[in-house]
Amino acid sequence: MALISIKDVTKIYNTERGRTVSLDNVSLDVEQGEFITLVGPSGCGKSTMLNLVGGLLMPTSGQVLVNDEPVKGPGPDRGVIFQQYALFPWLTAQENVEFGLRLQNVPKKERAERAMHYLSLVGLQDFANALPKELSGGMKQRAAIARAYAVHPSVLLMDEPFGALDALTRVQMQDDLLETWEKEKRTVVFITHDVDEAVYLASRVVVMSPRPGRISEIIDVPLAYPRGEEIRLSPEFAEIRARVWRGVHHHE
Amino acid sequence: MSERQVEPEALTMATPTAVAEDTEKGERSLKGLYVITFFLGIGIWTLSAVLSRNALIPTPIDVIASFGELIANGTLWGHTVTSLTRVTTGFLLGVALAIPAGFLMGWYWLARGLLEPWIQFFRTIPPLALIPLVIVILGIGETAKIFVIFLAAFLSCVLATFQGVRNVDVTLINAARVLGAKDLTIFTRVVIPASTPFIFVGMRVALGASWATLVASELIAAPTGLGRMMQQAAQFLQTDRIVVGIIMIGALGFIMDRLLLLAERRLTRWQETR
Repeated sequence: MALISIKDVTKIYNTERGRTVSLDNVSLDVEQGEFITLVGPSGCGKSTMLNLVGGLLMPTSGQVLVNDEPVKGPGPDRGVIFQQYALFPWLTAQENVEFGLRLQNVPKKERAERAMHYLSLVGLQDFANALPKELSGGMKQRAAIARAYAVHPSVLLMDEPFGALDALTRVQMQDDLLETWEKEKRTVVFITHDVDEAVYLASRVVVMSPRPGRISEIIDVPLAYPRGEEIRLSPEFAEIRARVWRGVHHHE
Repeated sequence: MSERQVEPEALTMATPTAVAEDTEKGERSLKGLYVITFFLGIGIWTLSAVLSRNALIPTPIDVIASFGELIANGTLWGHTVTSLTRVTTGFLLGVALAIPAGFLMGWYWLARGLLEPWIQFFRTIPPLALIPLVIVILGIGETAKIFVIFLAAFLSCVLATFQGVRNVDVTLINAARVLGAKDLTIFTRVVIPASTPFIFVGMRVALGASWATLVASELIAAPTGLGRMMQQAAQFLQTDRIVVGIIMIGALGFIMDRLLLLAERRLTRWQETR
């Protein structure tokens, strides 16, 4: 049984300018422990799909199941990481990580220990008492990743998390994310419009096309983890990258 | 993720840069200029008072003498306490009601629909325009004055609070929701802290409005207070006393505003830009 099961989902937005079909009869199964990337041009419904799994949106028709349960709203079993980091600016890095734990009434001592564990996991142990404004973009996103991890979700949903970072930081963040993920495996659904990023991270790349939003192709990435520079520069990577590239750009 | 690298921006932030030192130097010379301009202003005032040969224009010396006299006979203290009590009471009541009202309006469309038209309408009326009516109904006692000040403070603060709630970043609310927060938690742990900067802006505007309204209401009708003191002095052409009143009002308003600014800085230190 798949961990995430999207069944015949259609999502229609009714706006003042008319009806937009954001997702048109889309189905997708994601297995436990998979790293899925959703890639496609803007308007292909990838963010909508993520928000449906996250419970921040409800489908117009069809069903979204996580752990066999229909999604009724957001919940701590599905962690979300936003492009704009969404750290609470009035809380320190550690307090941000503890936010979800506090809601679960985790005792103070355990809360602090878990927060420090996840801050160390993302390399921010020395910045536990820093406010978000004192952190760089990459560090903010690491803190957000630690915050999502801390509540022990079974699924991590990442909405273009590195989209606002410069190219060099971005590559570093990709390596670091994979390292974190291999230490503590979660099922990840990761949105990007960067083909390299999609292939480098994923065990499966889901290519989407716009107007109406559909899945046009699913491409397996049979490259072993851990991945590094050798993989990035390998002919196998280039070949898969070319397939994904064609899949994305031939629909524009 | 590894601890092997820290982004360069973070490193430069830890050590003060040349730019920071420059700003510090700039601030020091700015303080020097403040002192210079203070004495310059007093000098121009003295000079023009002396040169005008008009006995009704008081020199700084006259004003200081008048200050001493009013302190010695105890009247200045009494008027000041009365005025301060009025303004603080009205201001605190106004703000205390404005903050929950603003939150309600920002959070529930029902409250917004019912309250906003009235607030928008009364906001366009200077509270002073209500004084004639208030005096007829409530008399010239404390209640009347506190009521007008309350109204001035409330109207300035309620919309700022409302704006603050409307401006809370939706992503922050979503971030709280996906971590398991329900409505009440989102309100207390996200909406309230996120709108604090707006509330402080509202409170500072409210404080200014409270002072303006206080003095005006005391000038129109009051047995005591700084406004009354100035009004009385005017009848005897004691312009030095009027200037004492003006300075007192300015100084007190300035001190209260600074106190509020200090509280604001402490509570909203987390803000990205100021």
